[in-house]
Amino acid sequence: MVEARLVQGNEACALGAIAAGATFYAGYPITPSTEIAEQMSALYPKKDGKFIQMEDEIASIGAIIGASCAGAKAFTATSGPGFSLMQELIGYAAMTEVPIVIVDVMRAGPSTGLPTLSSQGDIQQARWGTHGDHSIIALAPASVEETYLMTIDAFNFAEKYRTPVILLLDEIIGHLKERFLITPDMMPPIINRQKPQAGQEFVPYKNTQELIPALPDFGEGSRYHVTGLTHNEQGFYSSKPEIVESFINRINAKIEDNSEEIFRCNGYNVEDCEVLLIAYGSISRSAEEAMNNLRREGINVGLLRPQTIWPLNEALIGDACCGKKAVIIPEMNLGQYAREIERCAPDDVPVVSLPKVDGTMIFPSEIEELVREVLK
Amino acid sequence: MAEKYSIRLGGTGGQGIIKGAMVLAEAAIIDGKNATQTQVYGPESRGGATKAEVNISNERILFPLVSSPNIVLCLSIGAWQTFTKDMPPGSTLILDSSLENGPALPEGVTVYRFPMIKMAYEDLGNILSTNIVAVGVLNGLMKLVSSDAAERSIAIGFKKTFVDGNIKAYELGYQAAREYLQAAK
Repeated sequence: MVEARLVQGNEACALGAIAAGATFYAGYPITPSTEIAEQMSALYPKKDGKFIQMEDEIASIGAIIGASCAGAKAFTATSGPGFSLMQELIGYAAMTEVPIVIVDVMRAGPSTGLPTLSSQGDIQQARWGTHGDHSIIALAPASVEETYLMTIDAFNFAEKYRTPVILLLDEIIGHLKERFLITPDMMPPIINRQKPQAGQEFVPYKNTQELIPALPDFGEGSRYHVTGLTHNEQGFYSSKPEIVESFINRINAKIEDNSEEIFRCNGYNVEDCEVLLIAYGSISRSAEEAMNNLRREGINVGLLRPQTIWPLNEALIGDACCGKKAVIIPEMNLGQYAREIERCAPDDVPVVSLPKVDGTMIFPSEIEELVREVLK
Repeated sequence: MAEKYSIRLGGTGGQGIIKGAMVLAEAAIIDGKNATQTQVYGPESRGGATKAEVNISNERILFPLVSSPNIVLCLSIGAWQTFTKDMPPGSTLILDSSLENGPALPEGVTVYRFPMIKMAYEDLGNILSTNIVAVGVLNGLMKLVSSDAAERSIAIGFKKTFVDGNIKAYELGYQAAREYLQAAK
């Protein structure tokens, strides 16, 4: 791709999945994610990939877990109602450590909500939608180009950490069409899952120092058992307290201990600003425009833009908030990420939520108004 | 140059205004500029008043929607009623000549009228070309993109069999606007 083109966010996600090496898509179409399914159904027959339209979202995520066990990089795309249906099997993929990518193009909820309007209401569902103590990786791109690149990141993280990864688009980014030009220097390296080494004894869920066991493809010769039950290193059910504890700790630690590597963000004037904005996805664009407008007026505002939503790098967020007159979190929900920031920020720093749930995007002027108010 | 143009195309679902907006945005990108294109989704875009919006700038475009349009083009009375309220002074409204008795306009708005639907139907014999006639008129008046880029963008955006017809539609609209400006001088 050498010439800049007008490309839609959902289309960039489909192209990114192919660039990451994904060869299997199963899904059930839902606004505002449908273009991803449409793209895959058009692209895969030409590229030796498999596209299956399933009967529902539960079957869709089941199919991609199976495909991943068979060795494919596999993904699905959905929106709020479908994401809700997928929650149990997200836990199954976390428990069985099967790499998959779930794209959730967020629309306003709860339930059927506002199918065609945007929201960022699935931030906490991405973290805690499935039951039990598990860790998760979730990413939120803010542009069409970033959607392409972070779709590749999502597959890379899934493969590297043997985990479900959630790519959180919002309706605005999914449906936005804008300039798209990916040059080779922008491309992340492609990561593939670690396979068992020939000649070495294969222990399917071995708790090594690296915390991430090797994963053979079904049919490759290494036999192992896959279960959602808590299991021992051989993959069979165990309720022995020491085995359960070490297993649950490992599947959490393999992500949480690497939060510094996984948590990616961009900072603009973070260190020297009086008021810090923290925003992600489409709303980070409103925040950046608000920052630019306010700085032209001489008001010293900075912006921290997380690309990784989960896991949070709590130390980094805490340091960024330190000494600020206020930290403002504009988001299209009732403060789901603001509460997390509040937890990380020093006690003497006021953390102010700027929530919006009416289906319309937060305008730069709304952020500017709140900054002026907190500085009064 | 920090110039940013925010353009809104309004009409009735089926008039092809989304395609028109895509052609315009793609042309701006071919010219080496940045562009964002958004639109209304949902039932209102299937037969009711609907809009598609484009931002064009030499700089990075942050807020991707249109909040204060420089240029609004309306192909239906419903669009005129719904999508012209937030036009700032100094902005431009392009109306299809068939539209009458629309709402009062905000102060300081320049209005042009072109028979875009009639041009597509009578001169080209194809009412489906209205959207690209409109892009031609808009670009003839405002000079947002080069005509070369507009024609390349049409070649990218349409199936082969429809490219020539749409380039003709673009040129018809563009010429009408240029001639009008010449005559007005």
